[in-house]
Amino acid sequence: MNVLVTISNMILPTVILLVVAIGLGRRKDVYALFIKGAEDGFMTVIKIMPTLIGLMMAVGILRASGFFDLLSIIITPVVKVLALPAEVVPFLLIKMFSSSAATGLALDLFKNYGTDSYIGTLVSLAMSSTETVFYTMSVYFMVVKIRKTRYTLAGALVATVSGIVASVVLALWMCG
Amino acid sequence: MMSYLWGGMILIGIIYGAFTGNLQAVTDAALQSAQDAVTLCITMMGVMSMWVGLMEIAKESGVVERLTRIIGPALHFLFPKVPRGSRAEEYISLNVIANVLGLGWAATPAGLNAMKELENLRKQQGQAEGVATNEMCNFLIINISSLQLIPVNLIAYRSSYGSQNPTSIIAPAILATAFSTFVAIVFIVVINRIGKKHGRAKQ
Repeated sequence: MNVLVTISNMILPTVILLVVAIGLGRRKDVYALFIKGAEDGFMTVIKIMPTLIGLMMAVGILRASGFFDLLSIIITPVVKVLALPAEVVPFLLIKMFSSSAATGLALDLFKNYGTDSYIGTLVSLAMSSTETVFYTMSVYFMVVKIRKTRYTLAGALVATVSGIVASVVLALWMCG
Repeated sequence: MMSYLWGGMILIGIIYGAFTGNLQAVTDAALQSAQDAVTLCITMMGVMSMWVGLMEIAKESGVVERLTRIIGPALHFLFPKVPRGSRAEEYISLNVIANVLGLGWAATPAGLNAMKELENLRKQQGQAEGVATNEMCNFLIINISSLQLIPVNLIAYRSSYGSQNPTSIIAPAILATAFSTFVAIVFIVVINRIGKKHGRAKQ
């Protein structure tokens, strides 16, 4: 088994143990708190459900129409140099603008290539190590009416690209 | 913006599908995807409820506060002009910790408040109106470099799509996130140093 997988499998139980132990140590009503939080989590999912239905429907339509195949044919020569599978590129681009739309594309890739394939692993890692650059910047700067963002975009893109590079390297290692 | 993206996807899909003779497949896909979305949400409900429930315990036990206070001084390195113990510092570290723990709903309000505090700081220091200060740029770059340690949603998606081991990506995801944040920090340090030299040269 891969070392990374072994470590991965230990993280979640450790976090759960720590949180519950600290809660008990502080004499908190851990069960009641858990139920209260679980209710919030539950409602969060209910709230995003319509969004997800809408986006997955749109991605499903695009996929079935054969448009993604056309897109892949166009993109492949461009990204061949970067060791990126063409199928992943639309996801990476959309991820900079909208997290939910990117999720729709990612799920489509999971469905078609499997979560544990190279593509599935790469998408999983890229999803967790990149952010919605343009969305975040516009929301955060809008609140304080900043128009000149100086080096923010450059820095954000550098961070995003390094997240993608790390994802490619780690996915190759895990699936290699 | 979302309307154009979403509408565009549907229009392109149906029109392209009609030309390539895939219209039946398009219809099936539309119905199937809507069903898939609901199935997925049912899986997600379990994982999200579990995580947010745990985080409620962490929050009420003072874990979030504690972590916020621990990283405060570390942040001082990236935000030298933000006074220690100020509201701005508090909001920045709360935003960072909330992001690290995957508490999106707590991260955004804290982040927006942090921006407002940084804007007040800009006014106090008499810097140009409408232009981002170093602190604002640095804060956003760190924020966008992705900080979340355990991608809970992703684990739910993976288990919903039949992963053999949905949590196997936690450690590599932490590595990838750490790397992008590390690069972001290096970028910030380098560009701020260049900026300082420039400033001195002008004087």
